[in-house]
Amino acid sequence: MIEVGLGHYLTLGAIIFSIGIAGIFLNRKNIIVILMSIELILLSVNINLVSFSIFLNDITGQIFTLFILTVAAAEAAIGLAIIVVYYRNTSTIDVEKIQSLKG
Amino acid sequence: MDKLNFIYPEIFISLSIMFLLILGVFKKNSSNLINNLSILTLIGTLVLIFNHPFNTNLNIFNGSYKIDFISSYMKILTILSGIFVLITSSKFLKIFKIFQIEYSILILCSILGMFVMISSNDLIVFYIGLELQSLSLYVLASFNRDNIKSSEAGLKYFVLSALSSGLLLYGCSLIYGFTGTTNFNEISNIINNNQYGLTFGIVFILAGLAFKISAVPFHMWAPDVYEGSPTSVTLFFAVAPKIAALTVFIRFLYVPFINVIEQWQLIIVFLSIASMVFGAIAAIGQKNLKRLIAYSSIGHMGYALAGLCTGTIEGVQSSILYISIYLVMNFGFFSCLFMLKRNNKYHEDIDDLSGLSKNHPLIALSLLIILFSLAGIPPLAGFFAKFYIFKAVLEQSMYYLAIIGLLSTVIAAFYYLRVVKIMYFDSEKEKFDTDYTLGLKFTLSLSTILILFYFIYPSKLVEIVSKINII
Repeated sequence: MIEVGLGHYLTLGAIIFSIGIAGIFLNRKNIIVILMSIELILLSVNINLVSFSIFLNDITGQIFTLFILTVAAAEAAIGLAIIVVYYRNTSTIDVEKIQSLKG
Repeated sequence: MDKLNFIYPEIFISLSIMFLLILGVFKKNSSNLINNLSILTLIGTLVLIFNHPFNTNLNIFNGSYKIDFISSYMKILTILSGIFVLITSSKFLKIFKIFQIEYSILILCSILGMFVMISSNDLIVFYIGLELQSLSLYVLASFNRDNIKSSEAGLKYFVLSALSSGLLLYGCSLIYGFTGTTNFNEISNIINNNQYGLTFGIVFILAGLAFKISAVPFHMWAPDVYEGSPTSVTLFFAVAPKIAALTVFIRFLYVPFINVIEQWQLIIVFLSIASMVFGAIAAIGQKNLKRLIAYSSIGHMGYALAGLCTGTIEGVQSSILYISIYLVMNFGFFSCLFMLKRNNKYHEDIDDLSGLSKNHPLIALSLLIILFSLAGIPPLAGFFAKFYIFKAVLEQSMYYLAIIGLLSTVIAAFYYLRVVKIMYFDSEKEKFDTDYTLGLKFTLSLSTILILFYFIYPSKLVEIVSKINII
């Protein structure tokens, strides 16, 4: 059995973070996927903070995590509302069709 | 509990937000009332900020909240921009039929978030303020919700801004992990040069902050969002978040990380040069005035960052002077934009300005002064703003930065002067409506006079800003 240490948690956080970033840039289909990617990014930060907090024996990181969770919920709510507004105007949430503003 | 009297402005503004929200819900057709009460709230907050002495240097709430000269100064700038946005925009919103109670309340909310950002001395407080500001701005960008462009602007701003918050948070987590604290002062005590994780943290946070002030290469949202959102919101976007984000930039670089300046200096130099050059070149082909001002604001942020990368207090002061003058110029420009109305339809293309000088000589003259000032032509205020920056940069012998800055000023002058040429020498079009509101006239004349006559007495502003001491 290998000992699971701080490095493993940080690697997990980094991998999830990269998946989130890649999800935003590579995704060509649906805005909902972008919303999910943003959540992934925030959750990877939470993994980082909690593992740092445990290994530093310091409570601040966990408090920070609670704040991030709250803000992430608010952000998802507003994001979904904006997507609904956008869908009413264009009847599509296809990423490739978002192009009325460019230049 | 005695420290609470130092955050009376924040307490007052948040109580007012809740009160106005309830009032707006229970009283029908109260958008005009709410708008006026919001202006009064901001004036009251201004009074409360002036109420306690400026030269304090206090760390309250376990050192996580800082009240000092820079925070008071920047808060006053933020409030002034909020007041001017509210007094210029009511007519515009009425014509678009989006004059709802939420508009002014959202502006108050984001101003509260900016207050928290400006005073923050701790990563958690800073993040909360940033999010309070951004969440209100997402909604404001898509405020004209039946319009495709506005909802698309909101969507783009939401996605990119949430991404930048994610980057910033990842940086925060790394900094917390490698120092064991989130407080800026404690970080500066612990920090040393050999921690690569910390450098990663700084880079991530700088990327997130560069998003907020739209510095290249994180500028891609700015032109789209500026063009798509309602013009009054664009005005708010162009001034208020930049003031707050620049303050955070200053506090973040100069309090915890001033001792590792060699790790971030080159990043800021790069952001600054890229923004100046890109802002100047990309604006040349634009047809829409709001897109034009978006690229121009990218360029202007480049100059403000040039002052920051010097690592000296003079550099910081020159950046703050720059952002103050930039704010006045933007108010003038957007007031002119609000005046381009014909038959209840707003025009925002450069071609619509053609021959403006024949029909509306006064507006054309003010716009000429404002554009010359944005281009940095002496003796207008914009020239002095650039002069302070270049002086601070040259004192640190960063000649290449000054040379590139000057060259991009010359390129940028082209597109400002092109607008002037279209206004004065092209064939005239139909007249625009002349039913301006009092607030609009007041804002335009005040900002034009300030820009035009700044050179007579520049020492007052310099004297006020020179009291800022952050290091």
